[in-house]
Order: sequence, then C-alpha cells, then structure tokens
Amino acid sequence: MSAAPKPEGGPSMSEMRVARSLSSTTIVYLVLLLAVVVGAGITASRGRNFFSIGNLDNVFTMMTILGLIAVGQTLVILVGSLDLSVPFVVSLSSVTAGGLMAGQTGRIVPAVLVTLLVGAAIGLVNGLVVSRLAVHGFIATLGMGLILSGYLASNYQGSHGEAPRAFRLLDATRIGPVPMATLIMLTFAMLAILLLRRTRLGHHLYAVGGNADIARMSGVRTTSPVVAAHVICSMLSAVAGLLLLARLGVGQPTVGAQGSYDLMSIAAVVLGGTLLGGGKGNVVGTIAGVAIFAVLDNVMGVMELNPFLKDVVRGVVIIVAVAVYARREIDRRPPRFGAEPPPGQAAIEEEAR
Amino acid sequence: MRQVAKSFLGNRVLHGASLDVRPGEVVGLVGENGAGKSTLMKILAGVHQPDEGTIEVDGSTVSFAHPVEAQRAGIATVFQEFNLLPERTIAENIYLGREPRRGPFVDVGAMERQARELLEGLGITRLDPRTRARRLSVAEQQIVEIAKAVSLDARVIQMDEPTAALADHEVALLYDIIATLTARGVGIVYVSHRLREVLDLCTTVTVLKDGAQVDTRPASELDESTLVRLMVGRPMSSFFPDPEPGTVVGEVRLQLAGAGNDHVDGIDLTLRAGEIVGIAGLQGSGRTELLEAVFGIEPLTRGTVSIGGRPQRIGSPRQAIRAGLALVTEDRKATGLALNQSIGDNALGVVRSVTPGRTTAARDEIPELLGSLAVAARSLAQEAQFLSGGNQQKVVLARWLVTRPQVVLLDEPTRGIDVGAKHAIYEVMRTLAAEGVAVLMVSSELPEVIGMSDRILVMRDGRLAGTLPGGSSEETVLALATGVREAAS
Repeated sequence: MSAAPKPEGGPSMSEMRVARSLSSTTIVYLVLLLAVVVGAGITASRGRNFFSIGNLDNVFTMMTILGLIAVGQTLVILVGSLDLSVPFVVSLSSVTAGGLMAGQTGRIVPAVLVTLLVGAAIGLVNGLVVSRLAVHGFIATLGMGLILSGYLASNYQGSHGEAPRAFRLLDATRIGPVPMATLIMLTFAMLAILLLRRTRLGHHLYAVGGNADIARMSGVRTTSPVVAAHVICSMLSAVAGLLLLARLGVGQPTVGAQGSYDLMSIAAVVLGGTLLGGGKGNVVGTIAGVAIFAVLDNVMGVMELNPFLKDVVRGVVIIVAVAVYARREIDRRPPRFGAEPPPGQAAIEEEAR
Repeated sequence: MRQVAKSFLGNRVLHGASLDVRPGEVVGLVGENGAGKSTLMKILAGVHQPDEGTIEVDGSTVSFAHPVEAQRAGIATVFQEFNLLPERTIAENIYLGREPRRGPFVDVGAMERQARELLEGLGITRLDPRTRARRLSVAEQQIVEIAKAVSLDARVIQMDEPTAALADHEVALLYDIIATLTARGVGIVYVSHRLREVLDLCTTVTVLKDGAQVDTRPASELDESTLVRLMVGRPMSSFFPDPEPGTVVGEVRLQLAGAGNDHVDGIDLTLRAGEIVGIAGLQGSGRTELLEAVFGIEPLTRGTVSIGGRPQRIGSPRQAIRAGLALVTEDRKATGLALNQSIGDNALGVVRSVTPGRTTAARDEIPELLGSLAVAARSLAQEAQFLSGGNQQKVVLARWLVTRPQVVLLDEPTRGIDVGAKHAIYEVMRTLAAEGVAVLMVSSELPEVIGMSDRILVMRDGRLAGTLPGGSSEETVLALATGVREAAS
C-alpha cells in the first residue's frame, strides 16, 4: 500500500520521444495533471480527499508565495540574468511593512507603498549592475542578497512590527476554495503574460535574452529590458513579503531564507520549461512548475514522508524535467547527406505558441 | 562606395575598392577567400567603419556608426551566418525593434498579417509567420532575412554567399526572389564563389584580390575562365620551404574508403608516412567536416578507416588520439587552447587526459619542444591569452606533437598569424614529414596548399572533386573547386 514515491515527473523513454514534438508548456501541464491524478490516488488511499476544500486551500497557499517570486524570476531568467536576492527582499519587505504598519489600519497604504518602492529600488540596482557594469546576474544578486542579509541580521532580531487585522484579512479571505492571496498572485501572473506577449518590452526581453547582439543589430536597446525585469522581479518579491506578513501577522527577518525562495523559484521556472540561459520560456509554464511543487509537497505531507526524502523527490523531478528539455534543445549542423526533410516540411511542423 | 580602405590591427585588408549599385541592378562581388569581400560588405552594412574612402547614398555622403544606421539609409545585408532569434517567430524576427503597436500593446495580429503580405510579395505562401525560426530550413531562414530587408524599405540588399547552403530547387527560388526585388528597383550586391551563378545573375561584376579592386566589368563581357584569371593572377612566392633532404614516402598511415557521415560522403583517401597532403575547396565544401569526421568529432558512419594498416573505428577524439591522430583545429581560441591556462598546462593538456602515464615524461620534453618552435614567451607559466596569434598556434602544435602522433590533421594552420610564424609552421610540417609523420592540411590560402602539398585533394559539396599534383596552378585548383572544370579522370 505504501507505494514508493515514484517521481511523478519521471517520463519513460517513449514519452521522451513524444516529447520532441510537444511544446515544453504542454509537457509540464501533462506532468502536472499526472501529479494531481497520482497525488489524488495516494491521498485517497490514506482515506482522505485531495479535492477537499481544506486540502486545496493548502495547495493554493503553498503556490502563492513561490508563484509570485517565480513569475518575477521568469522575467529575469528570460532576459538572460538570475536573481538570487529574492529571499532577502521577501524578508526585508516583511519587516519593513510590519514595522511601518505597527498594527494600525490607517498606516496600511503608506506602508505598502514604501515597501514596494524599496523593492523597486533593489531591483533597479540589480538591473543596473547587471546591464551597465556587465556583472553576471548570478554574482550581482548574490552580492545584493549578502548585503540585505547582513542588514537584516544586524538590525532585526526575531519578529518585528505587527500587521493590523484589516491587512491580515488579505490572507484569511477566500473566494470559494481559492485564497485572496492566490488570486493576487494569479493576477500578477496574468499581467506578466500580457507583458511578455503583447508589449514591446516583453518582446525585447526575449530578444535580449536570446541573443543580445542580434537584438542590438535590430536597434533594440539592450539595457532597459534587463533593468525592467529585475525591477519587476524585486517588486513581486516585495509583494510576496507583504502576503507573508498578512499570513504571519508579524514581520520575520528570516522568512525568505527559510523558504529557499531563490533556488526554489529558479527550479520552478526551469521546470516550467524556461531555458536557464534565457530567450525561451513563459510564465504559463512557470505557474505549472510552481503547482507541481505544491502538489508534491501536499501529497508528501499527507504521506508523512521524511522531509529529507521530500527534497530527494523534488531534486529528481527537476533533473528529469531539464534532461527531457535538453534533449529537445540539441541543435546540430544540418546534414548534407542522409535523411533530409522534404522541402516545406519545416514550415509544416509549425509549433503552437 | 568610393576608394574604401580598411585596416585591422595594422593589417591592411582592403585598399581602394569602389563599388557602384544602381536601382534594379545586381552587382557581383567575387574574389578568393581573404580577398576582402566580407570586409567590404561589413563596411557597407555599418558593422565596420572605413579608414578611408566614402559611401554615398543617392549622391550624398553618409557614414554608418552602427548597423542600424546603414539599415535606415536603405542598405540591408543578409549575412552568411543568420541573424535570426531561433526561439522567436518569423513575424517577431522580421519586426524586432519595430513591432507595430495599437495603443500600448504590440499588435500581434497586424504584425503577422504584414509579415504574411511581405512573404507573399516575394512569392512565398507556404511559410506561416507564426513559425519559430529554429524550425526553418537554411533556405527558409534566408527568405525571412530577405523579407526583413524588404520590410526595412531597403534599396540595396547585400547577400553573402546566399546559395552556399542551398539545394538546387532552393537556388531557383532565390533567383525568383531576386528577380522580384530588382523589378521593384532594389539594387543587389551578390557575393558568391559560384562563378556560373554570378555570371547568370549579375549585370556587372567586381573582382577583388588581396584587398584591392582588380576590375569591374559588365557580366556580358566575362566568362568563367576570365574571372578565375582575374581572381588569381598573382606571382607564386618562393616562400615555402623545400622538403627536407632524406624525406621518404613510406607505408600507409591513414586510409579511408567510401567514408562518409552527414556532412561528407564517398571519401577515398590514402595518406603515407612522409607525405604532406593539402585539402583545398571553397568555404562550406566540407573540408573541416572531413577532418572532424576522421578525428571522431562527428564520426564516420559509412565506409572503412584504417590507421597504420589496421582497420579502426574512430568514435570519439579520445579514440583518435589513442590511434595516433592529432587535430589542430581552425579556431585556436575556441577549440585549440584554454586561453586562461598557462602555456605549460596547455601544452600538456592532451597527454594528461589521454595518456596520463606519459605526463611526467612529456613535461620534460615540453621546454625543448617549445624552444625548437621558437615560442616567444616569458615563461611556461604565462597564460596563453597573452601570446600573439602565432605563438598561440605554436603552443597548439606543441600540445599535439608531444603526443607523438602518426597522422597530423591541420585545419587552417596559419590563419590570422604573421609571416614569420607562418614560415615556422611550414618548417614544422616539413620536419614532421621527414620524421615519417603523415600530414593532412586544410587551407583556404591557395598558395599555401600549392606550395606545401605533395598532392592536393579538392573538395566540393562534401565530396572529393579530384586530386591534383602539388605545384598545380591556382586556376586549376579553383576551377575544380568551383565546378568550372570536372576532374580529368
């Protein structure tokens, strides 16, 4: 009965072959579906209902914070950078907003605005260092993360500030089974999708991440998409910090680091089919990546698995997913001899967006 | 453009070339590898800026600091290596940086409709503008690049070797597109090695040689043999050392029979100890691919290979090295050396990873080896990136010679290095031959191939087009490489 936790994301060899003709987004949603079906089965075998309001609420709550950060991380990775400073932005915004609110309803709006501005400023610095000083995002945001973590450690011991009741309702309110906070996350995800698909900034983000030289040759300014992606990512991390404040009621200087949001968000983005090198991917896939992690966590919670084993399962899922995508990415010199597709074949194999 | 000159790092690669393009005209630009065609194109495209000379568009002098400025002036260029983003669609690539908008949003519908109209205007109906560029064939990518040029309202479109990677029916399609463009009054600059095409397509032809303009004539006054004569016509230098006395051609070191893979086919080749065999051919004719196939980078899938008389299957560079092969690649900075490692580590690199047991012995040989190659360096600890190109190439040679190879494959061994270093490398080749090593050299420099080789293999379209004796004339080699003349046998 206690079926070994088969990695839900592990496709067989034949699936890998099929995978060549499917888009990454389709694959990741199929994996999500599989995870839900298997998860629901396992949950049912424990005499519980995966689709109960309480359990779905748990899944959605797990998706919210990671989802917000991963949406921002998607933009940063698409443009060819990385953001390792997100957990510290989350913590900083939680203590900043908590301190400013100090339990008073009237101070909610200014506290939120200041927190968002702080997030934007951090993102601006990250973006400028990456684009103007040509420091790779990995290093630039590692440095920023260290600076913020040093600031947090020396200025805040234990919880700080307090969220007023009105602000905490943000976390407590539900529409059907869906928490308000999850809806906020999904709204930002939709805006990011709109940005990527329907604005010049979005198109240029892909272009710069794909090949900055080609973008420059086409007259695209290559710094502004990088800066914009970092600013948006840090602001979304700040929003995540605000939602955590609403959930916990107090600001926590270590809440971001505890969530490992830096590596988990990168993992979710990559699991969602976005190329770590940039230029290819989308937010739709990222949301599925986040959902897969949430479902896995939930099911493993139901199974009362050893927490170390949980990380093993997560690790396997990420590696298998990237291995599947990598097989599709191998670009070779087109053969002169041997099998050549008939003319026009390439055009026929049109890929749905 | 008038009297344009360009130097790189004190190397004058182009002097005093002029080019006139009138509306609706196709101007052919021909010359050997390294004659300055690409430099001329890049100046016109705004990639490089000329040191001397002027560019005029519609009678007024212009200068381009950036490719975008050339595009705005109506000059678009379709380069050999394509400038499309593989993960973006045809429409997104064409309108990159100029996406049509409605309000704050990109009007994707309009963008795709305009792209479709653009392609239809070129007579292409089977390409869906929503297709990602990576899914396109080379010919289709080229069509997209041309469509992009048209969308920029280009009045001059430069095409660099547009047919190099095309099949025959695709070439016909390109001809149709060019006819459509010239009918609209667009001027075309057409760079090609395929002289037949140039004569068929162009109204006038400009010949470049060694960076200078040799002649410009109406195509009607030219034929292929005249073109070849104009392209070559250079005295043969006595720059190449003679074979060392006592060099004897001995037993067979490397033999290929009917060998092929995805890139080369039907290769029959015998290489004996003490021989230097040159491989000539145009860019894209499969020369590098042949060396890579022999060396196991893209292993041969057909035919047989024997090394030192024994049949071998070379499936990886490691097996090739074990079998006594060495490959000096054409791009020393990317695949020849680890630039941020020391000279000593670079020279030891291959031995250390393939025959670790010999590392200590090899380490003792390296100072002498580098000394005999006259590598100018402060110490073995100096990083390879701080050496000149010539000295880097000598370190690459040392890295391979220390493995004691039986067969040395050289790909463009003297590319981008100074005359002195070139001479040193030629002498190393002669010494190797005298020691009984077999040398197979690919080079784009015809005088080098002719001056150094005992035999010359000419490649065309991935196959051996024929074998010529060493010392053959450049005309003969070029005629065989371009397909003007078929092999005598």
